[in-house]
Order: sequence, then structure tokens, then C-alpha cells
Amino acid sequence: MSIRVENIQRSFGAFKALDGVTLDFPTGELVALLGPSGCGKTTLLRIIAGLDFADSGRILLDGEDASSTHVRERKVGFVFQHYALFRHMTVFENVAFGLRVKRKDRPADKVIRAKVTELLKLVQLDWLADRYPSQLSGGQRQRIALARALAVGPSVLLLDEPFGALDAKVRKELRRWLRRLHDELHITSIFVTHDQEEALELADRVVVMNRGKVEQVGAAEDVYSNPATPFVYEFLGAVNEFRGNVVGEGLQVGTDVIPQVGRGFGNGQQVVGFARPHELDIVVDHANTNIGVPARVSRILSFGPVARIELSRLNGGGQTTEQQYEVQLPAQRLAELQLTTGQAVRLLSSRLRLFDQGSVK
Amino acid sequence: MAGVASHAFGSSAHAARFERNPAAREPAAVKWLIITVSMLFFAAFLLLPLYAVFSEALRKGWQAYWEALVEPDAVASMRLTLLAAAIAVPLNLVFGIAAAWAIAKHDFRGKHVLITLIDLPFSVSPVIAGLVYILVFGAQGWFGPWLSEHDIKIVFAVPGIILATIFVTVPFVARELIPLMQAQGREEEEAALVLGATGWQTFFRVTLPNIKWGLLYGVILCNARAMGEFGAVSVVSGHIRGQTNTMPLQVEILYNEYNFAAAFAVASLLALLALVTLVIKTVIEWRLGREPHPIGAP
Repeated sequence: MSIRVENIQRSFGAFKALDGVTLDFPTGELVALLGPSGCGKTTLLRIIAGLDFADSGRILLDGEDASSTHVRERKVGFVFQHYALFRHMTVFENVAFGLRVKRKDRPADKVIRAKVTELLKLVQLDWLADRYPSQLSGGQRQRIALARALAVGPSVLLLDEPFGALDAKVRKELRRWLRRLHDELHITSIFVTHDQEEALELADRVVVMNRGKVEQVGAAEDVYSNPATPFVYEFLGAVNEFRGNVVGEGLQVGTDVIPQVGRGFGNGQQVVGFARPHELDIVVDHANTNIGVPARVSRILSFGPVARIELSRLNGGGQTTEQQYEVQLPAQRLAELQLTTGQAVRLLSSRLRLFDQGSVK
Repeated sequence: MAGVASHAFGSSAHAARFERNPAAREPAAVKWLIITVSMLFFAAFLLLPLYAVFSEALRKGWQAYWEALVEPDAVASMRLTLLAAAIAVPLNLVFGIAAAWAIAKHDFRGKHVLITLIDLPFSVSPVIAGLVYILVFGAQGWFGPWLSEHDIKIVFAVPGIILATIFVTVPFVARELIPLMQAQGREEEEAALVLGATGWQTFFRVTLPNIKWGLLYGVILCNARAMGEFGAVSVVSGHIRGQTNTMPLQVEILYNEYNFAAAFAVASLLALLALVTLVIKTVIEWRLGREPHPIGAP
């Protein structure tokens, strides 16, 4: 089923949870709603499910206005962050619930049994059928919750921070498993998360939201490498920030210059340049030049194949300032540079992305 | 009242952790002193009277005891007490669930007023409650003339007793359920809804099973109070023998007539009821403690 939301507005008192959101979710795709807490992503998911309502705007399911369709008739499967399993029922009965409460054409007991067993096999937990939810681990509970949602044959699967309450290792396993499951079943799925890694790794498309508005929609690599707004850039990973003005083809920061190709900005314009840690390079020879931003190495984390170097910016007089930078270098490059803590260096970037200063908070 | 059930469990593990830890342990003398004080107190003020009731009731032997119980006025009082409880308890059950549901799962204006009102019978003296009914339904009361015109008797009759009983027992079920339902939240009901369950199906398959032990706990407390209530019922009863006397009132009348053996015989039934209630309550608490634990608590 395809989903379209049009110009959704939703306020809680003076707080605008959703401010004119319009989105398309094509059939069969796995889409992530990504944003910081309070950005409205869960509210949007609940509105699509029918568990919440929009003050104005429309929800179209398969092209038909569903704004006044009851939750029961929307054919959605919903997976809650804290599982919401029925605590007094066994795993089997939890999964069977959606089939047992059907009033018209309720399947026979035999059919229900077969269907539930099949679903439990699908989530690889058929050996837990007689347990109670309290006897399961978090990851198992969430898989049961998913099996329960799938039992009613939903056309849409909505997942609200499905891995939010799990520890890092289980989260990673479940993520891969969910992706495989989606590739098998091809149900239109939307999941909410505040974890950018999760969204980028799992989803066909990522919708980045902030303060009730959509910031950017696109494929994972698209959103990551071409962020449309400063918010998206900062939200999707560690970032280094250089404020200054455009001079010719370079960016002037204080008395220093980062040479780079200026794109679409006029001479003298106030801009902010962003660079990811791996897009910065360190130059050891720092004196007698104004190429590169001066900084002092404050910490070197050299475990693993990629080394992380933390630096503080130096002002004109050579004192360290509040502004921090982070650089990622291959371990080999770190060895070549022979950096030591406290050393003064200069930072250069081949790949600065510029935004107008007015668009940054 | 509320929360008694929930606070009783889960603390024992904590206590043991302190007890076995020499760094946190209090001197043994303190422990035994407070245990002795509380035991002596309960023995003197609770067990002794209980013993007195049964020994007085049986002073003239089992024969006299039995005769006191099957005496027609005594039987009538038992019948009335059972009737009042049989009406008041189910009404409070329905009202309690409705009120607890409204308060725990919905937001509305006047929610705090409702919570306060539910507690009112706890804070008002039962005698006042009885007097209110006389003022409203009595011969000189607001509806008195209209009621007597239509030949309906409320005060000094069975309906008055039932009304008074309902009044004093209102909080029991609701107070027990509100914290329980608030703690459980709405998620399981939302899950049922998304899975296609109707309101009734959600209530009977999800909500009710989750609150059943708390509900039963509230109901037995409610029942104990309904059968044991004296003050409010005494005011509206009129003390008509064989007609408007409940068991507690019957005990008083017999006692005032110096018929001690009979008075204590009827009283022993009430004491027995209290004991049975305690046993059921203990069993429920034990069950509650063993229930599959609440899951997914954030």
C-alpha cells in the first residue's frame, strides 16, 4: 500500500509537533523517519496509524482519504518501542490475538494455529510459544511484537523506535534481521529512529525531520553526502565548523585561509563551512603561512585502523580557544605525521560544504 | 488505602540485602525491640479482643450459640446485611472500574474533582453520610413529601440502608485500580486496537485480565466494609427489629439488652468474616507477588 500525507499540522497546546508535513511513502519501500527527540516523527507515525489525529491535513492510503477511517480498518501493523506485549498471555496467544478478535471471517482454530506457528518460525522463536513475555529478553520481545503485528496481514508496517530499548549488540543484529525480513515480505514499512546510523544502514529512503518540519528526503548515501541544510549536516554525523567569509575561491577564517572552490557564493559573503572528520587533513608545518586554520592537538585516540585526533583552535596570539575540531586519519598517515599531544598544526580541507550564515542557528 | 497492595511486595529482597550486609545492618537489639513492640501492640489491641469475642460467644456452650444465630431477628439481620452487600458491591465494582478507567486512561476537565470526590467517603464521618440521606429523603427532607405521596420509603427502610452502604464503600474499588491502571499505561490497549479489537474485546481480553487481582482485592475490602458498616447505616436504619437491622446494628441492640451471649454470637460471625477476608487478601497478595512481572518498564 502506498501512503501519502498532505500538509499535516498537529499542535499540543502551544507546541507545534508537526508543521505542514507532506510526504510520499511508495509501496514496498522501507523508509526511516529520522530526527532528534521532539521533532514530531513519532507523532507523524501515530497519525498514520490512527492512534493520533492531525489538526489539519490529509492521510491518503492507496490514494484514498483515510483521515476518518478507524484504526481497526486501516490494516496497519504497529510495533511499539516498549513492545506492548500482552503480559498475561503466552507468546502464542499474543501472536494469535489479532486473528482471534476478528468478528467476520475469523479463521478456524486449526488455521490460527498454523498461521501463528508459521509467524513464530519466521521470527525464529517458535520454541518460545508457551512462554510469557516477562520470560523473554528485549530482542525476543521485539521480534514477538513484530510477529504479532504481521499476523493480521497488514498492508503497512509502522515501527516506533523499534530498537530503542535494546543494547547496542542486539540492536545491530535485529537491524540486519529486519532488513532481510523486509526484503522477503516487501511490506511498505516506516520506522522512526533518532539514531542516524540505524536509519542510514537500514532504510531505502531517509526522511530527516526537525521541529515538526521535513528537512530532507532521499536515499541514505544522498542524504549523507549531500545534506540539504546545516541541520541535516550536523545531525548525520560528527562535523567541524568554520565560520568566515568568502574570499575569491577560498574561505577566510580570521586571518587564515582555507583554499577551496567556492560554490555559488559571492566575494565577502558570510558563510559557515562544514567538513566531516575524515574530510580534514593536518599539516605539521604551521609557521610562516596563513594557509589552513591553526589548532593545537589535545588528544590522540590511535586504536583501530582509523585514528581520531581532537584539536582546539588557536587564536591570533597562539592561545587555544573554546572551538574544538575532530580529525580522522588512517593509522598509517598518523604514523607519518608523528603527531604529539600539545603540538601546534594547521587544518586543511579539500571538501568544505558552505551554507549561508543566516541559515545556521 | 490505595497502594497498600503494591507497597507490600518487592521490598523483602531489599530488606534482606541490608540485613545480611554488616556495613548496613542495625544493631540486633533495635530490630528485636521494634518487632517486640509491634507484636505486643497487635496482640493487646487486636488478638485479645478477637479472642474475647469468641470466648464470650461460646460461654454458654455451642447449643446457646447456635440458638442465638438462628433466632429470627438475627437471621433477618444477616439477610439484610447480605442483601446490602450484594447490591452495593457490584455497583461499586462497575463504578470503580469506570472511574478508574476514566481517571487513568483519559484526560478531561474536572479529573481532580472526581479524584477528590471518590475520596470523600473516607474523609467524612459515616454519621454525617447517614444524616445527609435523612435530610434529602427523610419525612422533613427535600424529597420527603413527594416520596410519601408516592408511597416510597427510603429512610428507615431497606433502600436507605443500601444507599448508605454504597456511600461508605465508594472509594474501595476505584482507589485500588487507579494507581494500577496508571502504572500500566495505554500501550497494550493501543496494541489491541491496532490489531483490530473492538472496545469490548479490548476491555475483556486485555484490560480486565491485567487488573483482575487488584480488582478482586478492592472487591473483598469493599465487601468487608459493606457488611461491617455501622455509623451511616445506624442513622438511616430506624432500628426496626427484623426489618431494618443489619448485623452490626443487631449486635448493638442485643448488647444494650444485656443479652451478651447472643450479641457476641452475632459479633463472632462478623469477626469470622474479617478473618476470611484477611485470608483471601493474603492469598491475593501472594498471587500478585508471583504474577509475571510488568514488562517493558522504561
